[in-house]
Amino acid sequence: MEVPETEEFMQTIVAYVENKPGVLNRVASLTRRLAINIDSLTVGPTENEEIARMTICAHTDERGAHRLEASLEKLVDVLLAENITDRPMLERDLALIKVAANQQNRPHLMELIKVFRGRVVDVAPESLIVEVSGTVDKIDGLLEVLRPFGVLEMARTGRIAMTRGNDLLRPPAEASAKSADTAPASS
Amino acid sequence: MKLTGAEILCETLTRLGVRHVFGYPGGAILPVYDALGKSKLHHILVRHEQGATHMADGYARATGGVGVAMATSGPGATNMVTGIATAMLDSSPVVCITGQVSSKLLGSDAFQEVDITGITMPITKHNVVISRVEDIARVVREAFVIASSGRPGPVLVDITKDAQQAATEFDWDASEPKLPRKRIRNNHDQQEFDRAVELLNTAKRPVILAGRGIMLSGAIETFEKFVRASNIPVAMTLLGIGCFPATDPMNLGMMGMHGEAWVNTAIQEADLLIAVGMRFDDRVTGDLRSYARNARKIHVEVDRSEINKNVPVDAAIIGDAGETLAHLLPHIHTRDHSAWLAHIKELKGDSAVRDIQSLPDSGHLYAAHVINDLWKVTRGGAIVVTDVGQHQMWEAQYYHHNKPRTLVTSGGLGTMGFALPAAIGAKFACPHDEVWAVVGDGGFQMTMCELATIVQEKINIKIAIINNGYLGMVRQWQEFFYDKRYVATPLVAPDFAALANAFGIRGERITARKEVVPAIEAARSADQPVLLDFRVEQEDSVYPMVPAGKSLHEMIRRPNNPLVETASEP
Repeated sequence: MEVPETEEFMQTIVAYVENKPGVLNRVASLTRRLAINIDSLTVGPTENEEIARMTICAHTDERGAHRLEASLEKLVDVLLAENITDRPMLERDLALIKVAANQQNRPHLMELIKVFRGRVVDVAPESLIVEVSGTVDKIDGLLEVLRPFGVLEMARTGRIAMTRGNDLLRPPAEASAKSADTAPASS
Repeated sequence: MKLTGAEILCETLTRLGVRHVFGYPGGAILPVYDALGKSKLHHILVRHEQGATHMADGYARATGGVGVAMATSGPGATNMVTGIATAMLDSSPVVCITGQVSSKLLGSDAFQEVDITGITMPITKHNVVISRVEDIARVVREAFVIASSGRPGPVLVDITKDAQQAATEFDWDASEPKLPRKRIRNNHDQQEFDRAVELLNTAKRPVILAGRGIMLSGAIETFEKFVRASNIPVAMTLLGIGCFPATDPMNLGMMGMHGEAWVNTAIQEADLLIAVGMRFDDRVTGDLRSYARNARKIHVEVDRSEINKNVPVDAAIIGDAGETLAHLLPHIHTRDHSAWLAHIKELKGDSAVRDIQSLPDSGHLYAAHVINDLWKVTRGGAIVVTDVGQHQMWEAQYYHHNKPRTLVTSGGLGTMGFALPAAIGAKFACPHDEVWAVVGDGGFQMTMCELATIVQEKINIKIAIINNGYLGMVRQWQEFFYDKRYVATPLVAPDFAALANAFGIRGERITARKEVVPAIEAARSADQPVLLDFRVEQEDSVYPMVPAGKSLHEMIRRPNNPLVETASEP
C-alpha cells in the first residue's frame, strides 16, 4: 500500500450519513481536527428519509484524503464514505449571480449568459439575476465574464458529485452485501 | 411494568453485567441516584469526577470489560473531560453517564447546564443526548456495543432530568440496539496479504512491534504462536507491555523514547517491521524521516484510518489482530534468525553494563531500585498502575510484566493524576489481585483526594510514591534541553505518610535502600491499604532517552557511572 506524499489537489468524498441532528457538526469537527480545510460541503436528503448524502470537497494530499475518508467512516453516524476523486464522475455546482445591468448593456449581458447556458431568472431596472449550473470551471468562467459589469451578490451551493454508469454508490441500508464486496478493499 | 427512566437505566446497566458504577451525585442526576439506591449496583462515591472516569478506565483496562462512570450536569460533566480523553487516546471502553437539565431548559443557560456532548465530541468514540424516556434502554445498550467493539473507546450518554423522571413500559426485548447500518467493508486484500507473507518469509532482520491492540483483541495466545512460528523477536510499545512475557528470550522490551538502546537499535537496523495493534506514535518512532529506513513494514491494524498515518507501510492488513495473525500463521515458515538474534544480544550486552541495576549498592535510593525491588518482592505478579513521568518509564523498564493487563498506565494522553483512581478501579475489577499504584509526588498531589474513597470503600491497595521533590520528567527535560533552568519543577509536598494517617491509612517513609524490601513486604502482608513514601534521588534521569524529534538511534545513553553523575545530595 504505497501512498506517497503528493501535492495537494481537490478531493471529492461522498458520504451517506444518518439524517439526524449533530451529524454535520461531527463531520465538521473531524475535518477541523485533521486540519483539513473544506472547500465545499453539501448535504441533501436521499430517497430514504433517514439517510442524508454529503459531498465533501477538500484541498489536501492523498494521505490527507485517505485519513479523512477512513476517519469519517469511523464516526458511528457515517454509514459510508468514499473518495471518488479518481473515478469517472460528474460534479455540479449551482450559482445565483446578481449582476449590475442597465438598458444599454443588458442585451450584451444576455448574450454572454446564453453562451454559458445560464438563465436569467429575475430582471430589475438596475440588475438581473442569473442562474447557472455546471462544473465549477464553467461557473467560474461565467463569473469572470460578468465581473466587469459588476457582480453585486452571489450564492453558490457547493458541489454535488456522482460516479458515472454502473459505478453505484448507494447507502448501505438498502445496499446488499454485494455492494460491500465491490467496494475497493483498502485504498 | 412501568418504570421511570432512572430505574430503566439501573435495570439496563444491571442486565448488561455492570456491577460497579464510579460516580458523584448532583441535581440533574438525582433521580438516577435514587434508583441506584434500590438497585443491585455498587456505587463508589469518588471525590472528584475526574477520578470516576479514571476508575472506570482502570476497571476497563484491568479486565477488558466496560467501565462505567457517572456524574451530574455542568461541572460534574466537565470534570470528566480529562478522564474521557485519557480513555480515548488509549482505546479504553468506558461509558460515561451524565445528568442533563430538563429538556425544556436545554439551551437556556440553566443552572449547571453545559453542552457536554458538544464539549466531548472530539474525545469520545461517540456521544448522545437522551431526552425521551423511551430511548434510555436502547441507547445505553448501544453505548456498550460502541464502547467495546472494533477499536474500543469512551462513549458519553447525557440524559435529561425529565427523561430520568418520566415513566414508561420497560421492555428489554424491544430495546435491542439499533445502530446505524454501516457499510461492512471487505478489507481483505489478497495482494496485501500475499505481500505480507512474502516479506515475513524472506526477511533477514525482522522485528515485531507489539501494541495494545493485541490485548484488546484478546489475541495473547495467537500472538505467542505467531512469535514462535516466525521466530521473530518482539519489541513492545508502552501499552503493549504484557502482551508477551517480559522474561521470554524473544522479548526485547519496550521501544521508543525511553526504550532500551538494543531495542531501538534493532528497529533501526531491521529489514522488516511487523507492527501489530500499534499506531507508530511519535514517542515510538522519533524522527519519522530517519525511522527504520532499511525496513519494509507490515501493519496489522483494526482501524483503517491508522494505515499510513505516520509511517507509510509496504503491506497493510486491516482487521482484528487475533484473526489476522491466525490467518497468517499457516503461511509462516519458521526460519533461522540466529545470526540476527545473536547480534541483538551483542547490542544488549553493551547496554547492560551501563544499567543502573548492574551497579553496586552505594546506599543511595534510586527509583529504579525501588521498582526493581517491587518486581522481585511481588514476583512480577501484581497489577501495577502508574502515573505519568519518570517513575512510569522506570516501571516500564524495571518491572517485568509476564501477563496481559497487569500494567495499567496512561500512554497516549499522559495524564498525571491517573494512577491513584485507576488503581482503585483496577482493584474493584480484580479484587483478588495485588494492586500497586506507583506514582510520582507531582501526579499524586493531583488526585490524592481519592485516598478518602479508598477508606470509605475499605479497599486494600498499596501506594508507592516515588518522591524526588521535583516534577521529575519535566526537570529532566530542563536539565537536558534548557540548561538546567529548573523553572516551576521543584515541588513542595506534604508529609505523605502523615497525610495518609490523616485519612486513616497506614503510611511510611523510606529513605534508604535497605528499608525498601522490608517496607514492601510489610505492606503486602497488611490487610489494609498502605502508602509508602520513597524519598529517592532528586536529580536522577531516565535513560536511555531519544530527545523529541531526534532519530531513534540518537539516544542519550546512561552515563557510565550514573551514581557519580546523578548522586547530588539534596
